[in-house]
Amino acid sequence: MTTVTAGAAPGTGPGTGAAPAPAPRRRGRRRWWGGQPLGTLFAAPYLVFVLVVFAYPLGFSAYMAFHDYFFTAPGVEVPKPFVGFDNFATVLTDPQVLASFRNTAVFLVINVPLTVGLALVLASALNAGVRWAAAYRVAYYVPYLTASVSLVGVWMLLFSSNGLVNAVLGPLAPDPSWLANKALAMPTIALYVTWKQLGFYVLLYLAALQNVPRELYESAETDGAGGVQRFLNVTVPGVRAATTLVLVLAIITGTNLFTEPYLLTGGGGPDGASVTPVLLIYQRGIQQQNPDVAAAIGMVLVIVVGLLSLAAQRLNRER
Amino acid sequence: MARQVLLAAAALVFAFPFYFMVVGAFQESPTNTPDRLVPTSGWTTQNFAQIDARIDLAGSLVNSLVFTAGVLLGTVVLGTLAGYAVARLQFPGRRLTWVLMLLVQMVPFQLLMIPLYVQITRGYGLGDTYLGMILPFAINTTAVFIFAQFFRALPREMFEAARIDGAGELRILRSIALPLVKPALATVVLVTFIGPWNEFLWPFLITKDASLQPLAVSLANYITNVSQTAANPNGAILAGACALAFPVVALFCLFQRYFRTTDLGSAVKG
Repeated sequence: MTTVTAGAAPGTGPGTGAAPAPAPRRRGRRRWWGGQPLGTLFAAPYLVFVLVVFAYPLGFSAYMAFHDYFFTAPGVEVPKPFVGFDNFATVLTDPQVLASFRNTAVFLVINVPLTVGLALVLASALNAGVRWAAAYRVAYYVPYLTASVSLVGVWMLLFSSNGLVNAVLGPLAPDPSWLANKALAMPTIALYVTWKQLGFYVLLYLAALQNVPRELYESAETDGAGGVQRFLNVTVPGVRAATTLVLVLAIITGTNLFTEPYLLTGGGGPDGASVTPVLLIYQRGIQQQNPDVAAAIGMVLVIVVGLLSLAAQRLNRER
Repeated sequence: MARQVLLAAAALVFAFPFYFMVVGAFQESPTNTPDRLVPTSGWTTQNFAQIDARIDLAGSLVNSLVFTAGVLLGTVVLGTLAGYAVARLQFPGRRLTWVLMLLVQMVPFQLLMIPLYVQITRGYGLGDTYLGMILPFAINTTAVFIFAQFFRALPREMFEAARIDGAGELRILRSIALPLVKPALATVVLVTFIGPWNEFLWPFLITKDASLQPLAVSLANYITNVSQTAANPNGAILAGACALAFPVVALFCLFQRYFRTTDLGSAVKG
């Protein structure tokens, strides 16, 4: 996001890394200090970093969302009264906010199934031991590594009204063109993001496929299962855990779009058809100087992402 | 056979926009029709000069480099220490550190963007500074995970032997553990590099001063504002896009043989 986050900042989902073994029990002071108290010193910079850049802003965000918070001139102390759920009420009755969540839904409906399907198909084709597999892997991964601003510049030209895509389509070209068309702006962004992120998910699936035992494929083949059947009955269940991870990461990426609508459709156009919640956080919070409302949008967004991720995990659970 | 066709077709879809970008960056007029996709004439380097005249290409690249180098330095020095501590040392707060590492990865940056903006520009007065740009990214948590996984995989006896020989932890880390996890370093550098280098939203928020903007931000400004008044905006946009994309692609090609899928997998899902 932006990075992800910030770029490659994956690693949600349950069981990220094995938890460290509990410290062996020792007596008295040594037990409290553990074996190597120096470890505290080593970890201290990271802990301070998390405190300053994550914990504090998180608390601050909650504070802003429940108060009438506004920017004042430096040094001026003005009371910022507690307003309960007022900011949330403002957010949830704002037609633009509701539209931004609808736009996100359109995005997810297109992006998530495409991402999961294409990534798994490409990964399992690569995993079958084909020639030039390494070169293909590089080709798929490079868009993920490249800055979105660069690639958005290219897509803008390709999908402009007299761009290459429309030239190839000829009379089939949509009118108004892709990014200027209310019905097509969000789907075009969804296609772009699928294209850009797919390589990362292909690599995730490739890693997961290493753990699917070869014998399963062999015995399925002996039982007379064809290629498609093997894919559906061995590959798909074999990488279920990875699929959950891909679903959750794709949902997080899709609900945090900013660069794409900001640049591709000139700030969420046409006529608000590709406005996203994060774009609104920027507009409300910084351009219009309402950080309290922006913080409330952020909290609603995180709750929605959490619920969607939970739903994805439930749906994908082994039955 | 069907597999090869599928994979090759996909590779073409992934690679084509890059081809279009590179060829268009060196064309007097980037093509919009399929019959001129392989141009034989009209080559120029003017596009780079043109965008440089508007956004100071070299200056923006330097800003991107400072931003990225700051994050890399923080991650490699402080992230290694944290990764080593949670992987190999028993200390109070070890479990807490591990739990925080997991939680940090679940907090989307977008939730923090408004409070961080207020905190860093108004609280610390770091708007329009390199430090303000670097601070929220200073230690990449994914990198700490990768370090921790690698350190944990080293044999326990080695550390015990070194401790018995009287080596301090810093010495063990520097002379024994670090040289053994060099492949992790390659992955960490790549994973960490693409974060700040490609980042748009955060530096966009806190830099008003154009002379401090990294290339991702100044190129975006060019695309949204300046390009309307340029003679060959498409060529200039593609030239800027090339300049922004090239360092990452070059770094990836350079490190490709150290970069293992499985490292990424271990960092992501344990």
